[in-house]
Amino acid sequence: MAVIRDMMPAFELFQPTSVDEALDVLERHDNTWVLAGGLDSMDWFKDRIKRPDVVVELGSVSELTGIRASGDGIEIGAMTSLRDVVASDDVRSRFGLLAQAAAEVATPQIRNQGTLGGNLIQDTRCWYYRGGWPCYRAGGNICYAGTPRSMNREHAVTGQSRCVAVNGADTAGALVALGAQMMVRSAGGERVYEAEDFFVGPEIDIERMTVLEPGDLLTHVRIPGDWADARFYWEKVRDRKSWDWALASVAAAIVESNGTIERARIAVNGVAPTPVRLTDVENLVQGMPANDDTGMAAGELATRGFKPLRHNDYKVPLARNLVRRAVRGDAA
Amino acid sequence: MSDAAITTETATGHSRRTFIKGVIATGAVVSSSSHLFRARSLSASAAVRASMPRMISLNVNGVSRSVDVMPQETLAMTLRYKLGLTGTKLGCDRAECGACTVLIDGVSHYACSLLTNAVRDRSVTSIEGLEGADGTLHPVQQAVIDEGGFQCAFCAPGFIMSMVALTNENPEPTREEAAEALSGNLCRCGDYNKILNSAMRAAEYARRMV
Repeated sequence: MAVIRDMMPAFELFQPTSVDEALDVLERHDNTWVLAGGLDSMDWFKDRIKRPDVVVELGSVSELTGIRASGDGIEIGAMTSLRDVVASDDVRSRFGLLAQAAAEVATPQIRNQGTLGGNLIQDTRCWYYRGGWPCYRAGGNICYAGTPRSMNREHAVTGQSRCVAVNGADTAGALVALGAQMMVRSAGGERVYEAEDFFVGPEIDIERMTVLEPGDLLTHVRIPGDWADARFYWEKVRDRKSWDWALASVAAAIVESNGTIERARIAVNGVAPTPVRLTDVENLVQGMPANDDTGMAAGELATRGFKPLRHNDYKVPLARNLVRRAVRGDAA
Repeated sequence: MSDAAITTETATGHSRRTFIKGVIATGAVVSSSSHLFRARSLSASAAVRASMPRMISLNVNGVSRSVDVMPQETLAMTLRYKLGLTGTKLGCDRAECGACTVLIDGVSHYACSLLTNAVRDRSVTSIEGLEGADGTLHPVQQAVIDEGGFQCAFCAPGFIMSMVALTNENPEPTREEAAEALSGNLCRCGDYNKILNSAMRAAEYARRMV
């Protein structure tokens, strides 16, 4: 028998069967970690950068999985696998934008195992941070990625605030564009956040990607019916056809009548520490024809004020063209 | 013992080469024993703090087996080092390469990034579980042999498990669909063309069996 060499440091494992039980465990222990699909978490554990004492594995909490009707929309449990999100008739027929985004996450195995909630709250991919460097996000007092000599090709072109890492969740942009709501539970009760408010940038808290604090659980994502009849546009640009995170992505829901845009919701991701909802662009294109001129104007406005770093200025025209294509209505 | 001998030798003024040899030997002894101690202290602390029963029942390849697992143990570790099912390979151990792909309830997963405790009530299929009781190869295995699909074949068990998932879910894949289905597996020999030939032939064999 071979010797086990790369074992994760020990932790205490809890496998609750209900949300209440899970919250109770989180309430009673310090230094806890909530484990969903485990694809982000295990890298941290194996690299010994995050070392929780207590891990709460949610795979047995049946109330957190599944997709059901809710009002005029749907509600998706946070532990629903990306595979099930992609395969769901409800999602495909009415909220195809989310199905498209989820289908382009990583690889088949990761979509089979990874969950919608886990994809949304995954930590950033900045490799200085991931590599265990003591940066701002890790509680230190420097950013290794933002200096002129840093390797920052994949980093943020807007929304930087000491930290220049980007949000890597493909489903996040789609849910912002669909006007989704995130339902969060803690021992103190339930809170509901608009998708765009769920993600927090470094100017609010440099050590978190979302509003979730220790003791909080993202339980469900609710997608209202508001945009179910919209034209959707999803495009993700990445270095490889598989596995990779987005260099930039755009998610748009646009309602047109006779070629005129009535209303739109557009988000880009991979360019900032949070998914960015383009409210100005949405206002601009309202009442305009869905054509290339409008798309050009939208793209220009979307990227106004972007501040690229040393190696990522290509992301500015990339984001501009993605927004342009989304607005003019290319076949996705 | 040998350490002491070397040290004495060095102290009595032998050649530089002997000294360096001595340092290397001492270093090797120190690092290997620290490895043993580390392994021991880890399992000891896990035993004290485990909130889960250590002995769990695991359904692997249709057989229910009793295994002693640690809370932080991954399925790949359990399969390889506790059950001796070394067909499941560990390449990157980071959910990147796909060498550890197994089927959980018929769906492909990375065994390196899955806690064994999380699959207790589910059915695990590894590469060893593919052939029939009489030793007949699974159509995917036969197709890989017929196509000579792999060069070094370290990645083969993972690819084959992904091909099994593919043929179960999509009996008539296009070459492009097969490539998408296998996109979670890496081959460092770069044998993708022959691997895709194998996948297409596997789908054909599987159809013929139905």
